[in-house]
Amino acid sequence: MSNVVRVSGVTKSFKLGKIEVQALKGVDLRIDRGEYLSIMGPSGSGKSTLFNMIGGLDKPSTGKVFIDEVDIAQLDAYELAWLRCRKIGYIFQTFNIIQVMTALENVTLPMIFAGLANDAAVQKGMKLLEQVGLGDRHSHKPFEMSGGQQQRVAIARALANDPAIILADEPTGNLDLTTGEEIIALLKRMSQERGVTVISATHDFKMLNVSDRVVWIRDGRIDKIENREELSISIGRIGARE
Amino acid sequence: MPDRIFSDRTAASAPSNRLVVLPFGKSVEIAYKSIRVRFFRSLITTLSLVLAVSFLSFTDVSNDVANGMLASDSAGLRQALVRAGYDLGPEAKNVASSPKQRWILILSLLVCTVGIVNAQLMAVTERFREIGTMKCLGALDRFVLRLFILEAGMQGLVGSVAGALLGAVFALLAGGLRFGGAALQQVAMAHVGASIAAATGIGVALSLLGVLYPALVAARMQPVEAMRVET
Repeated sequence: MSNVVRVSGVTKSFKLGKIEVQALKGVDLRIDRGEYLSIMGPSGSGKSTLFNMIGGLDKPSTGKVFIDEVDIAQLDAYELAWLRCRKIGYIFQTFNIIQVMTALENVTLPMIFAGLANDAAVQKGMKLLEQVGLGDRHSHKPFEMSGGQQQRVAIARALANDPAIILADEPTGNLDLTTGEEIIALLKRMSQERGVTVISATHDFKMLNVSDRVVWIRDGRIDKIENREELSISIGRIGARE
Repeated sequence: MPDRIFSDRTAASAPSNRLVVLPFGKSVEIAYKSIRVRFFRSLITTLSLVLAVSFLSFTDVSNDVANGMLASDSAGLRQALVRAGYDLGPEAKNVASSPKQRWILILSLLVCTVGIVNAQLMAVTERFREIGTMKCLGALDRFVLRLFILEAGMQGLVGSVAGALLGAVFALLAGGLRFGGAALQQVAMAHVGASIAAATGIGVALSLLGVLYPALVAARMQPVEAMRVET
């Protein structure tokens, strides 16, 4: 089975003033197609850096990141934009629904970028909104929707171009418990129905229930990778810890 | 076959299917909606332009009025101009704006441009997340650039037309009040039209000039900004 994402020997350092900070100190990771993967780690662990790198938003200092076996460091600006448009769907902690557009316009925008005709985009957008349970709210603006509804729009938008990967950055971070659970369930369902790989960076232990694998990052390195079977044994303990 | 994304990389003849697009009509639509939603902010951005352009138009059209009166070869109207403070030599055939007038005009336009740059930079900062999100969805630098320039162009056009008409109307009214209806009959409408058109053109040009730097800042923004939680 091919790896949809392959990270090999990646390091990343930033300059903070005169001090050089190494956020990642050599990370190797393979992510399978259709997998639901969670990246866990305290803030400052390098979790976000790794996550941005997998999403093609940042380039490694050394080492390579392959998305669908393409080395992202080799891509020019146009190819990167194309990759973001067609291969990756982004979901944000702050939803990032474009404020001036309706739900439907938000969902169709990536399809317009991908070159789809307006009618076809609207048709597909409506279908996606129905799938996330917002078929009747397509003409609403973001400020007329709750956080959970905005995140549903974001999920529909992320799925617009049938991406290979969905990257979710703390997707439940700004949601209450129940809404967060609904969003996680929706993500899981979409991942199963469409065979799309979901990669999420999270603090949320609810996420572990549905993850196929959990990658723990600590201090710029992978601390441990747990499969679901090992997780379900320890989940009570983790839950109690929270 | 591992190279799934760019399996057509060797076939460079078909790059079109790898390119993200934003049709021009769609850009106009987005820019228009963007202005409409932020109507109040757009209004403030445009207001300084309206004022500066109307001042320019007022000065030009006032000169048109005076020139019309001179061209009529009527001694009464010429006397009226001199009484009103126009510095006319005995042989003078037309009135041009004085260096002081021009200086004030240039200053006002300069202040207006700086105001536009300032307002647009604010708008860009305000919309960092929106721009970053668009880039995550696949927008190219030039889509963002185009959206900002289109917005500024629309604001500039509306603001300049409004300002130019306002200035012209006030200049004609003022001329009528000072010199009477007879003076207005002498005004060459073609000259007034040209003054309005020139003022509009200058206004649009300044609006575009003012947005250039802010739009470049916006276009160069990295998509990772969309991920930031603060602000």
